[in-house]
Amino acid sequence: MSSITTRDASRGFSFAEYMTCLTGIVWREGLRFLHQRERFVSALVRPLVWLFIFAAGFRQVLGISIIPPYETYILYEVYIAPGLMAMIQLFNGMQSSLSMVYDREMGNMRTLLVSPLPRGFLLFCKLLAGTAVSLLQVYAFLLIAWFWDITPPSSGYLTVLPALILSGLMLGSLGMLISSGIKQLENFAGVMNFVIFPMFFASSALYPLWRVQEGSPYLYYLCEANPFTHAVELIRFALYGQINWISLAVVASCTIVFMIGAIWAYDPSRGLARRGPAGGEG
Amino acid sequence: MQAEVSDVTRRIPGRDGAPPPPLAGEVKTARGQISRMLGAASLLTLALAAAPAHAFIAYVSNEKSNTVTVIDTDSWTVTKTIKVGQRPRGIDFTRDGKFVMVAVGDDDTIQVIDAKTQSVVDSLPSGPDPELFAQDAAGKILYVANENDNTVTVIDLEKRSRLGDIQVGVEPEGMTISPDGKTLINTSETTNMAHFIDTSSRQIVANVLVDARPRFAEFKHDASEVWVSSEIGGTVSVIDPKKHEVIGKVTFEIPGLRKEAIQPVGIGMTKDDKTAFVALGPANRIAVVDVASRKVTKYLLVGQRVWHMAFTPDEKYLLTTNGVSNDVSVIDVAAQKVIKTIQVGELPWGITIAP
Repeated sequence: MSSITTRDASRGFSFAEYMTCLTGIVWREGLRFLHQRERFVSALVRPLVWLFIFAAGFRQVLGISIIPPYETYILYEVYIAPGLMAMIQLFNGMQSSLSMVYDREMGNMRTLLVSPLPRGFLLFCKLLAGTAVSLLQVYAFLLIAWFWDITPPSSGYLTVLPALILSGLMLGSLGMLISSGIKQLENFAGVMNFVIFPMFFASSALYPLWRVQEGSPYLYYLCEANPFTHAVELIRFALYGQINWISLAVVASCTIVFMIGAIWAYDPSRGLARRGPAGGEG
Repeated sequence: MQAEVSDVTRRIPGRDGAPPPPLAGEVKTARGQISRMLGAASLLTLALAAAPAHAFIAYVSNEKSNTVTVIDTDSWTVTKTIKVGQRPRGIDFTRDGKFVMVAVGDDDTIQVIDAKTQSVVDSLPSGPDPELFAQDAAGKILYVANENDNTVTVIDLEKRSRLGDIQVGVEPEGMTISPDGKTLINTSETTNMAHFIDTSSRQIVANVLVDARPRFAEFKHDASEVWVSSEIGGTVSVIDPKKHEVIGKVTFEIPGLRKEAIQPVGIGMTKDDKTAFVALGPANRIAVVDVASRKVTKYLLVGQRVWHMAFTPDEKYLLTTNGVSNDVSVIDVAAQKVIKTIQVGELPWGITIAP
């Protein structure tokens, strides 16, 4: 490590050095995830509670209209499965951003930030690591859902992967952007109330938007503008081997915007991470 | 195709305009042969790949729009809509596959559609308000349940003339013939009975009381049992056709659905007699029943108010008519999964698939 830090940074870094950094961060995130078994269990229990309890009560709600990408009538649990997959990623994105707050409080982040590699790359590695963890959770959920008769075409398990990576990056970078503004761990409850719940409920995760439109046109527009809706739809279509181009465009551009925002916010000289006069221009 | 491929390869060496040297000529011929072989091989592969995708033609009677919808089972699209008489319901192919017969209740007749031209070419003399019908194994005699005058009309299909009537219970509907052709079973919706009729004497030999509003009857292919669905009773009665008694009942229960919503109507049984599919009307589901144990193994969600169904001849798919949602659902029989739902006319009732 010291050999890297002492040498001339203007020469740039080799690909191998970048990879060392990437694997290091992903490995650490993976270890953290494995050591926090409660986190894995809770990440699975949350969507399963929705699936087994909430969906059971609402089974009869759907089945009256065929909406793409579905080609026939579906049960409610089949409908909400992609929404729950996105929910796993939403929580995971926020949780890994929570871990950034924790890291900052505990001083672990310093270890990361002394790395001479570009700050943006470090954050991107962190995002990738978080996304990889969310993929594990989502596939574990899909496995359990399969026994609950949620059986998308077998090719769908593969085609959904790029969609999951992209939505994982979007939600992760959003979490990172938010976490840059949070100074203390306790404030995370506010994130739950003001970000996770509104994003999840004002989306197509739990009910199709044509249903929302029947209830309130304004809420419909809000749902349409919600990037989480598009993450859900991107996953939903990909799970059935199709591409929802609008959602793809929205998710991709949101990912870029959030990521740039997060990199900017974590830049010690400019961003929201700046703390008081001492932490300033250093 | 082959010629095109070899043409292209022949043209390549001569691109510079100079005549190709003899060696190059040999190479060229060899290449030409290879590409020709490749072309033939790819054609063969194409042909082989296309072979299993056997397209069948399904005909769906639309009770309210007075039409018959034609569906291609390869592309799962509607290829034609045929105008027929008033209130088409029961529909079936003639055994030779040349004609489709459709009972047009409000016109008191059975219309005959030519499967080639896909247009109505003739009609058969039924009683008033024909609803469902059955034909014998040879396809010579047709038995028609006339809902409004409590009779079954016997029609000679070759002469297209009426041979006589059999008095049955009130509101006759379900019709099926034993595989040996000796017994005809008719169910009467209001009398709540399955009438066993001897086809040679055309006399009722037994009446079996079943649950309320029997709509449909289906023989097992080995003739050991007759299954009769009771719409109001919510059950399927299994009858021993020799002893003329109910030997068992299939019951249904769907979590979250009221018992009254479960109204069994159409029944389809696989040729191996292992699996039966029962349409549950406003429950919007098809029950998959294990024939041996008479227990439901799965419920498949289809469109609203599903009544009748038909297998493709290869038994790969089962098509169901969903009256209220105006569509036909396609079930993958082996996977026991609904794979598609196709919009048809208004109030689709019956369905038949070309043999």
